[in-house]
Amino acid sequence: MDRPLRLVAANPLDQLARTLEALLVVSTAPLTVEDLCAATEEDPERVETALGLLTERFGEGRSGIVLERVAGGWALRASRDAAEACGRLFERPVQRNLSQAAMETLAIVAYLGPCTRPAIARIRGVAADSAVAGLVERGLIAESGRDHGIGGAVRYRTTPLFERVFGLESMSQLPRLDDLGDDVDEIRERLHAVAEQRTA
Amino acid sequence: MIVRELELGLDAFEGPFDLLLTLVLKEELELAEVDVAGIVLQFIERLAERDELDLEACGEFLILVSALLELKARGLFPDESAELSELEPEEAAEELARRLEEYRRMKEAAAWLVERLADERDRFFRLGPAPLAPQPERRLAQQDPETLAVALRALAVEPPRVSLAHMELTYPPVAQFLERFRSMLRRRSVLDFDTELAGSSRVEQAVAFLALLELRRANEIAISQAAPFAPIRIRRAEQEISSSNERTPRWTVHSG
Repeated sequence: MDRPLRLVAANPLDQLARTLEALLVVSTAPLTVEDLCAATEEDPERVETALGLLTERFGEGRSGIVLERVAGGWALRASRDAAEACGRLFERPVQRNLSQAAMETLAIVAYLGPCTRPAIARIRGVAADSAVAGLVERGLIAESGRDHGIGGAVRYRTTPLFERVFGLESMSQLPRLDDLGDDVDEIRERLHAVAEQRTA
Repeated sequence: MIVRELELGLDAFEGPFDLLLTLVLKEELELAEVDVAGIVLQFIERLAERDELDLEACGEFLILVSALLELKARGLFPDESAELSELEPEEAAEELARRLEEYRRMKEAAAWLVERLADERDRFFRLGPAPLAPQPERRLAQQDPETLAVALRALAVEPPRVSLAHMELTYPPVAQFLERFRSMLRRRSVLDFDTELAGSSRVEQAVAFLALLELRRANEIAISQAAPFAPIRIRRAEQEISSSNERTPRWTVHSG
């Protein structure tokens, strides 16, 4: 009787890990360390340690479910090995058929948000209404206050779901804007060359 | 083909494209009057004269024409004209470059997102409404508790009791009234039905009436009535009926 009992009476950290596991299974959205602390009434340090245990246990290739750090929190997902089977059973309406216009709008909101539809339209050069509406419907962006002044336009920002769908730990994982647009300098040089000829 | 040397024949301007741009940038030509579509058409015509596509020329033309369009658009919207009117060609080019740069970066950011999404194709996770999101508050119109009390009071009234009296009705036997009428007619030759039955219940009156009909059938009495609903007169029949002719009444009414 002694042996199994000793096994069951796991050390307190393992007990905490099990509780965290349960919380993560129940939740449909990523849980932050603060969320987990509040639910378990434990301090962040111990929760982080327990999460470390779980990350090992639920690693890619070890288990059918994988614990990942995403959208500023922790969440369980299916392992990539199971993707084909999951795909036969489940749809992914959020990700499906995102148009080029939607992706550009999403990029603008992700980098410049909260921003208004007119601001998006100014950058893209075409009206952004339907692209914005589509993204709101999918839950990738959401309203976030209004521009200052009377009749200020509604501003939009990306949602935690955006980070989750794109597998981002946080928004800081997006590439830096400065690193994008390599050929911008080339365009600028040509424009300036043309301008110089004008003034000459 | 050198785009700058493209000869233009427009209503507002005639000469090389190069000169048009210079005049526009120096504000010696009102851009609002220049038909940009016309410039595009003439460029395309020139392009079509050649067998192969001059990509270099196309690229340069696109940049120049878009710059021109940008300037024209700004010229047509006075709100923003102040910002650009003082611009030197260098500055105009810079402004344009800035805009292009902004869009270019966003386009690449979008491309990055597309790639990222493709990489995440095999990541499945559970989705649901964010459980921690605040629930929208359902607002009710202001209510008066007195109105509710009135409504409840109306419901609290005890419903009228359903009468079951008819189930307990007992009918007195017709024979009883036969005897009663006979004994009365022995003493008096004429009776008034209503007067005799005054004070009896409806059921008794009904049974008494049946007894009356029975007596009439046996020719023991004559019945008369002056008018509908007038008092019913009962008269002893002329011929005396012997007691031996008496029959037991056929009319019997039983209670349900």
